[in-house]
Amino acid sequence: MIVRSAVASRPPARRDRSSSISVARRRRAVGLVVALTALAVVSVLSIAVGSNALTPGEVWRALTAPDGTVVDRVVLDLRMPRTVAALVAGVALGLAGALIQAFTRNPLGDPGILGVDAGAALFVAIGVALGAVTALQFLPWAFGGALAVTVGVSVIGAAGRSGPDPVRLTLAGVAVGAVLMGITSAMMLLSPLTFARMRGWNAGSFVERGWDVVLPVVPFVVAGAIVALSCTRSLNALGLGDDLAAALGARLTRTRVLSVVAITLLAGSATAIAGPIAFVGLMAPHVARWIVGPDQRWIVPYTMVIAPTVLLLADVLGRIVLWPSEVPVGIVTAFVGAPVLILLVRRAKASSL
Amino acid sequence: MTLSTLGPRTLVLRSGRRSVRVRVRTVVVSVVVTVATALVAVLALSLGDLPLTPAQVLGALLGVDGGFTATVVREWRLPRVLAAVLFGAALGASGAVFQSLTRNPLASPDVIGLSAGSYAGGLGAIILLGAGAGSVPVSAGAIVGGLAAAALVYALSYRSGIQGFRLIVIGIGVSAMLQALSTYLLLRAKLEVAMVAAVWGAGSLSAVGWAQFLPAAVVVVLAFGALGTLSGSLSRMELGDDAARALGVRVEGARLGLVVSAVALTAAVTAAAGPIAFVALAAPQIAHRLTRTAGIAIVPSAAVGALVLVTADIVAQHALPTALPVGLVTVVIGGAYLVWLLIHETRRRA
Repeated sequence: MIVRSAVASRPPARRDRSSSISVARRRRAVGLVVALTALAVVSVLSIAVGSNALTPGEVWRALTAPDGTVVDRVVLDLRMPRTVAALVAGVALGLAGALIQAFTRNPLGDPGILGVDAGAALFVAIGVALGAVTALQFLPWAFGGALAVTVGVSVIGAAGRSGPDPVRLTLAGVAVGAVLMGITSAMMLLSPLTFARMRGWNAGSFVERGWDVVLPVVPFVVAGAIVALSCTRSLNALGLGDDLAAALGARLTRTRVLSVVAITLLAGSATAIAGPIAFVGLMAPHVARWIVGPDQRWIVPYTMVIAPTVLLLADVLGRIVLWPSEVPVGIVTAFVGAPVLILLVRRAKASSL
Repeated sequence: MTLSTLGPRTLVLRSGRRSVRVRVRTVVVSVVVTVATALVAVLALSLGDLPLTPAQVLGALLGVDGGFTATVVREWRLPRVLAAVLFGAALGASGAVFQSLTRNPLASPDVIGLSAGSYAGGLGAIILLGAGAGSVPVSAGAIVGGLAAAALVYALSYRSGIQGFRLIVIGIGVSAMLQALSTYLLLRAKLEVAMVAAVWGAGSLSAVGWAQFLPAAVVVVLAFGALGTLSGSLSRMELGDDAARALGVRVEGARLGLVVSAVALTAAVTAAAGPIAFVALAAPQIAHRLTRTAGIAIVPSAAVGALVLVTADIVAQHALPTALPVGLVTVVIGGAYLVWLLIHETRRRA
């Protein structure tokens, strides 16, 4: 409202502004079409590529007219759930990253870097030691761990007069993550049963994720996404600083609590499906920001498209580089995502959002 | 020998034209920590499936007792305990050099990616050359990897000078990439090679015998010698490059020598025992708080590092029903210490 009246009082500037707004709108629309197309392409690739190479024709036939052959089993029982798992986890990780970046005003925010994944993993290990076996039983533990670490790391990162400092927050996250991962490894070494159940999961991978793992998690991700989308306007205000946000009528405490709830749901769900995966939540919101600018109402939906694209692409790459065996997707995202972190810190205005 | 009364109590040792000033408190702390390390080391030698009394341990060490006790102490337990002492000292000294050079308490080799570089280099040697942990190719690979990581982190974080936190976040990024690379190498390897590498990669002293200890010890002693000749330059460089130049330090040469020696220390330890995290971070800071010096001093840091690693190894071996790799114990203790350090630094600034 304030911006509009200010513009109205300066007529000469108005034409430039309105034309730049329409350019930005067109850019956003074109960008969204491109991003959705890319997502569709990688999804198809994810179904077609693997140790058992399939032609697009075979994939199409298996999807439209399944007749119980090996190809059908590969497509419907292995690659479809795996692709959906990557889609769901990607949306969750991307949104969690976007929310962490917005609510801590920290461009280096990522559930993996900040140790949220490690917290979820530790709690899942505790749950496994106490008898959890299925993804549905992992979930409450993953949520508990994600919540504890999100709150703890933000408190450590924000301690002090100058408010949250991005780099301090990153360091606190890395340190907390290292401690929690150390404890998780110790638990796995001490209990062979925990080790056996968590071995494949802990690397950050989509191997052997069937519908039974993916489907129970979907409602929580949807809920987290709805909360995230409902917060975008207040998060925009929050980006201006606490005082200005309060003056603009944003409810600070409510926004923060809702953000933490959404981060918990999203990061916990992603970790419950795939294990810890870092850097996707870091990259996707930044790519979104390059395209759409600083408006969270656009960044958040864009992130929901870009993050699963990145994650699926990483998963497909992981299947190709060591064909016919696989590299876990978490390794690929670290290798691709760490340079993004380095690039962000090297840029002059790294800490601005 | 004279006792200076100006400022902190300082001993001045003179011999001909050379003189050395040492702070009394620093000497006392170093001696006390070293004695404590010796006591814990004797305790470590006496613990195990065959419990021994300290007297038996000393007897076996001095060659009074022969037979089975001597074999247990001298052949089985001694290399591991000596390795913990020497490697801890090496890590502490290496961390002290980096923290002093960058004037940043967080810039230890494990945070800024040098340990990850050494690990990737050593792993490459194990997998590509089929070498065993602690062998010469693995040590060489670890040193090359550590130096390459140091050069990479330095080049990436240089932007009209090195800014502390940028260096650290870039180090974290480089670490993540190198760890991903290491996992990739592990996945590519044949199963039996990968098993050897996995045991080594957990950061454990359990596989260290005389064959692994001796080559690493040679590198560590050489690097300590180099650090001894450069430590004067290091303390003057804490005043800033310009002031150090004015005091007659050849800054570029000294810095290169210091970085290479410190990387060699980390790499030698990594080659023999795998990555042992956070000792290099915590030891200089603990020493700094005990000695209350203005800067980071190498000798007390090394003493504290030795004490920390010997103690951590006892915890790793005996605290829980199953023995853990010592790297896990140091990660948990050191990481918790890092969190505390972050909170504490913030409070002090606020």
